Amino acid sequence: MLSVQTCATLDEAARQMGDRTRFLAGGTLVMRGVNYADPSFDRIVRARTMPCEIRSDDTGLRIGAGATMADLLAARDAEILHPVARMIGGPAVRNMATVGGNLFAAHPYGDLATALLALDARVEMAGGATEPMETFLAGRDRQRGLVTAVILPRVTASEFRWAKISRVKPKGVSMLSIAAWLQGGSRITDARIAFGGMGPTPLRAKAAERALRDRTLDPAGIEGALAACLDGLAPADDALASEWYRREVAPVHLRRLLLREAR
Amino acid sequence: MAKTPVRFTLNDAEAALFVDEGANLIDVLRRGAGDLSPKQGCAQGTCGACTVLIDGQPHLACLTLAETVEGRRIDTTGGLAGGPQLHPLQTAFMEEFAAQCGFCTSGMLMAAKALLDRQPSPSRDEVAEAISGNLCRCTGYEPIIDAVMRASQRMRGAA
Repeated sequence: MLSVQTCATLDEAARQMGDRTRFLAGGTLVMRGVNYADPSFDRIVRARTMPCEIRSDDTGLRIGAGATMADLLAARDAEILHPVARMIGGPAVRNMATVGGNLFAAHPYGDLATALLALDARVEMAGGATEPMETFLAGRDRQRGLVTAVILPRVTASEFRWAKISRVKPKGVSMLSIAAWLQGGSRITDARIAFGGMGPTPLRAKAAERALRDRTLDPAGIEGALAACLDGLAPADDALASEWYRREVAPVHLRRLLLREAR
Repeated sequence: MAKTPVRFTLNDAEAALFVDEGANLIDVLRRGAGDLSPKQGCAQGTCGACTVLIDGQPHLACLTLAETVEGRRIDTTGGLAGGPQLHPLQTAFMEEFAAQCGFCTSGMLMAAKALLDRQPSPSRDEVAEAISGNLCRCTGYEPIIDAVMRASQRMRGAA
């Protein structure tokens, strides 16, 4: 039997989390589990008010975990993430799905988490502790705490590139996705590249990042990054594509992304 | 099983119901409130057949925990027509053959209504975007887009 506990605030809800419990935010992941009688939980905790504020300052951008994809798209401060949020779900899903929930979304969902990994975001938990996206994602299946916000460093829009590869147009789940934060302009000084759909969580292509340093974004300059981009990734077979296919096309899509004109 | 009281506005009428813990909105609308206009398709957020408007914005009723709509306004296809007078979207869907089996129609109409409420003169691309979360396996979508465009023209008094 399922029970639902409603708390006033997220902090209060965080104290109520325990075994066989899921926190309900937008509902797009948890209610699907309810509808399909997911045997791994029988208790839902939710909060009447969620932190939804989206605010930028000199140091970067802070997004409340309860902000929806539609909230992101309505916030000028979050413009850097608009190309990502726009490609998630249809309008109804974007009105429901939250930033915090997306961090827990297993493939083929979780496009935003892929972008946040490339953008070196930190995850703020109830209680105030923060953690880099990378370690957060690695441990998310064991996570008991609740996310209150994600915090992005200051990023110039022209430094960020995003591609979501879907089978269905205009909207379909991603077969794979790529996010890249490329600093330095014509000669790359620092690169962060994250792949979605190429492992159990969004993963960084660190060998490709190293291979891009001090290179220019032209066919010769990116050769090393393309050759190394599968290093550390762990794609799997699923209904959307085979592991073999993903390995074949990931470098192709990375090449297109890197050679594309900056926004 | 404990029941939770929930009150909301359904198509301009007050609704007050006791819902099971964990019940989703589509079950509560159909079985509790007796509004059979929204359909349950996939129950996982893929098909959009259960699309209803909550405070004017499209939401998936199958993924909405029913008790979270306390105090909110819900609009379904059941409230589109005014008596025998169909909504311009409904008329245009008939004229353009935008429904064949009809299972997606209710969700399509609500997704389209949310668009026209916000953007009375959309482009075809904007219509396609607005219904991008709604699957139709019969029409190939073009008649649906035609219908929304026609309804938009008519509602602006242009045709």
